[in-house]
Amino acid sequence: MVPFAGYAMPVQYPTGILAEHLQTRQSAGLFDISHMGQVALRGDDAAAALETLVPVDVQGLAEGKQRYALFTNESGGILDDLMVIPRPRADGQGLELFLIVNAACKVRDVALLQTLADRCDIVPMPEQALLALQGPLAVQSFARLVPQVAELVFMTGRWMEVPTPTTPIRIFATRSGYTGEDGLEISVAASDAERLARLLLALPEVKPIGLGARDTLRLEAGLCLYGHDIDTTTSPVEAGLSWALQKVRRTGGARAGAFPGADSILSQLDNPAIVARRRVGLIGLDRTPVREGTELHSADGRVAGRVTSGSFAPSAGGPVAMAYVATEFTAPGTTLYAQVRGRAVPMQLQPMPFVPHRYWRG
Amino acid sequence: MTLKFTPDHEWIRVDATGIATVGITPHAQDALGDVVFVDLPEVGKTYAAHDTVGVVESVKAAADVFSPVSGEVTEVNEALRADPSLANSDPQDSGWFFRIKLSDPKQLDSLLDEAAYAELLKNA
Repeated sequence: MVPFAGYAMPVQYPTGILAEHLQTRQSAGLFDISHMGQVALRGDDAAAALETLVPVDVQGLAEGKQRYALFTNESGGILDDLMVIPRPRADGQGLELFLIVNAACKVRDVALLQTLADRCDIVPMPEQALLALQGPLAVQSFARLVPQVAELVFMTGRWMEVPTPTTPIRIFATRSGYTGEDGLEISVAASDAERLARLLLALPEVKPIGLGARDTLRLEAGLCLYGHDIDTTTSPVEAGLSWALQKVRRTGGARAGAFPGADSILSQLDNPAIVARRRVGLIGLDRTPVREGTELHSADGRVAGRVTSGSFAPSAGGPVAMAYVATEFTAPGTTLYAQVRGRAVPMQLQPMPFVPHRYWRG
Repeated sequence: MTLKFTPDHEWIRVDATGIATVGITPHAQDALGDVVFVDLPEVGKTYAAHDTVGVVESVKAAADVFSPVSGEVTEVNEALRADPSLANSDPQDSGWFFRIKLSDPKQLDSLLDEAAYAELLKNA
């Protein structure tokens, strides 16, 4: 167990990170991610209000459709990344926007959302736990308990009931996750969380997975970890997250701009030549793991950039890393040299993900 | 055969010819988790006691490997380089790291015997 964002979290269970990682890629893994923040925004103006904080199309998002979003700051950096989905309220009293934010950022995020308090109600949900069931067998195994879960496609969600020998458990499940695999994220009342976790762990395909494997899985999937691969100094464009900015919020769109840092972010989108650095993926050409913070040099010895996440990648079978490098070094296939203990370790730029995503799009 | 331990969680086993074999302890491999990479010292090179001579890396962490004694490295475990998981599965035998010819066998006296190392683990 280790401290993480104020919670005691398991880095690994007895089988270890490698076995847990492969279990998730081959079968299904259960993650307790209850440390993450869950917040609802309520009121007719909630979507328009949230759009003043994120460069994302929230108003155009249909009920039950989930979207990745970013809180940006005035200089065009990233305050946090989050998921948002319009859904029916648990009490049936209309719709709400349901947000999942990072644990380490949730206090700041809620304070930021409170600036919208004159336009919508901000409802933190600390009484909700969050479980992720991830892997190629995740949905088919869970569907034995709740058949309608198989009807969800990637980035959609709905309320469901899990039958149990006693009282049923109400959940809100989305078909999404942070591993690159098919799977679910399941919001459940904290008072029901242990009961649900035990039901899921009783499925023969499912084993518990710790934070260590969560990190190697998301790294192989090319997914950013806030505070490492993205932060207040990285723009969405530098981070390779331009896909998260829908056309309607870009220059020429019906609701262009009007989010923090719009001038800087939209000018980077409109004029890629001004983007000085970009997030890239690298694979190690020898066996040496290359860790966060490692400097990267070009073949002629110039500083090219710095690693923001790096590890041995169990499914890729070797070291992989994410790094920010100067734009002139971002051509796929470029070899850069990681400076590890006084040695130059060759790494090659490779498009991410390092392991293909296996999302279920129907 | 003399078997000694260091506070850095390495073991050293000295044979009758004055050559010592060095590796990491079961406790060390357990704390590191799955070992995926080792960097081994150079054969023929002379090191002083406490010198950093290599690295052992798991999925989650990297740790230095020190030489418990002074001397010349005579051999490194190429099987471990090829399959670093030997450090997990068999740390005190086939998962050895390197062999070193002691230049000052008296240095062994300052290392921990099995009972003292067990005591250190108990208080860790």
